[in-house]
Amino acid sequence: MLVEPVIAELQATGQSIHIWSQDDPGFPASADNVGDDRDLQQSWQLNIETVPTVIRMDNDAESERTVGWDRAEWLRLFDVPSLGASLPDFRPGCGSMSVAPGMPEKLALKYGDIALQSRRIDIGEMEDPMESCFERGWSDGLPVVPPTEIRVVRMLAGTSRDPAEVLGSVPPDLQPCTVEKVAINAVMAGCKPEYLPVVIAAVEACLIDEFCMHGLLATTWFSGPMVIVNGPIAKAIGMNSGANALGQGNRANATIGRALQLVIRNVGGGKPGGVDRSTLGNPGKYTFCFAEDEDHSCWESLAVQRGFSSGQSTVTLFAADGVQGIADQKSRDPESLCRSLAASLLSVGHRKFAMLSDAFIILSPEHQRIFANANWSKQQVLDTLTEFTTRDGRELINGVDGIAEGMPEFLKDMELSKFKPGGLNIVRAGGTAGLFSAIVGGWLASGEFGSSPVSKEIAL
Amino acid sequence: MTEVFLDPTAELSPTVKPLLPRLSSLEGKTLGLLDINKPRGNVLLDRLEVLFNSRGVKTKRYKKPTMTRVAPVAVKQQIALECHAVIEALAD
Repeated sequence: MLVEPVIAELQATGQSIHIWSQDDPGFPASADNVGDDRDLQQSWQLNIETVPTVIRMDNDAESERTVGWDRAEWLRLFDVPSLGASLPDFRPGCGSMSVAPGMPEKLALKYGDIALQSRRIDIGEMEDPMESCFERGWSDGLPVVPPTEIRVVRMLAGTSRDPAEVLGSVPPDLQPCTVEKVAINAVMAGCKPEYLPVVIAAVEACLIDEFCMHGLLATTWFSGPMVIVNGPIAKAIGMNSGANALGQGNRANATIGRALQLVIRNVGGGKPGGVDRSTLGNPGKYTFCFAEDEDHSCWESLAVQRGFSSGQSTVTLFAADGVQGIADQKSRDPESLCRSLAASLLSVGHRKFAMLSDAFIILSPEHQRIFANANWSKQQVLDTLTEFTTRDGRELINGVDGIAEGMPEFLKDMELSKFKPGGLNIVRAGGTAGLFSAIVGGWLASGEFGSSPVSKEIAL
Repeated sequence: MTEVFLDPTAELSPTVKPLLPRLSSLEGKTLGLLDINKPRGNVLLDRLEVLFNSRGVKTKRYKKPTMTRVAPVAVKQQIALECHAVIEALAD
């Protein structure tokens, strides 16, 4: 209402003024030629954030603008000394409808130069959107969020990377995977846009040759990618590294791991019964992602151990089976606890196997405290575990203990450590109560023969 | 109003929902013959039954309670469990 006499006054001067209205082109009734911008096209194209905004155009190009009602500014732009003389000197104006939550993406899709390359699929009026995603084979078995254009545009706002950038070829079909395809699958997995950089890094990591994603998918063994997130982004996006870190209930943990699996499924074409030949699989093949608890750890994080700085955010992928719990509620010294952990570690893959699977120990706070109290470093623990899991080859060869399975005969005269050098890792996670930790065993084909853990910095 | 999705796949297959793989041969297969409960559908199915059986192809008969609605889940499940393919007699 404040603006009405001002507009009348300006039009009376005969200056060339064009007025756009976002909500009512009939207002003010006294004004001529109020343009109808209820579709917000002009507002979006002129990048209006506040109403009113005054833009001076010279030769069809903007030369200056002012926002809100600032009488001195308006006087300078229009040179009408009496303009709005009865009005207060300053009112800040209001937010433009074109920048209301969710609106910029809609307008960008409608009027902008967003060029999403993916094929459009029309969903029939009678189709249930959720059901149609199942029917097209896009789901891992749980409902997915339908990947509409607007959701994908919003997802892509989570990264500064070009939607058309190709991250690599995703097995098993070795199809090029763009940032856009990752965003579509991240939408379906239920990610928020701020998770997208983590998903992109996870996809990049799984395409590193050492990770051997094709073989990992194709194996009859249980494993799938486990994603460990380190660095500041984990807290920024609210990941869980504490109680129930490996379980359900945290959106970031749940959907980032799931998005990676959906990329393998949808872009790579890797599906159970197809190239995925797993005998039993494991529930982690829906999603397996958590953050390391770096804040409370007495040791350097996994990422720092692997050569990154604590300020960098990273993902580390491991070809993981499920979770095997270890209880030790009685050990109070590090050696006893190491013996406990070692006894359980021997069962990874098969008790008589050595140098095959890698493994991660997800060490709980109460267990780590025993090492912290004794001032043991992570390396000291790993060295001790290696010592306690090294056995005489004669105990492990085929047929020993009445068990046909075992290591080949030619290894009988060797001392065999359970894990290859570097094949055992420790990260801290979990709630503050419970003298329990977890072993996550890995694919029997580890190292050069199969998969090695890989890390990738997360680019925002 | 229809919705538009962005294809999450590598776009190697058509956008239409894929049909189940067709049978390459009827040898050793069991065919379901589904009567939708509309008059004279049974005439077609009776004849097909005779023709298939005379060629050594096993058949099983099923019937919807009413032509006006889709088959009950139990009927669809039974056909899927017992047959390799199904023929539906649509009309009068």
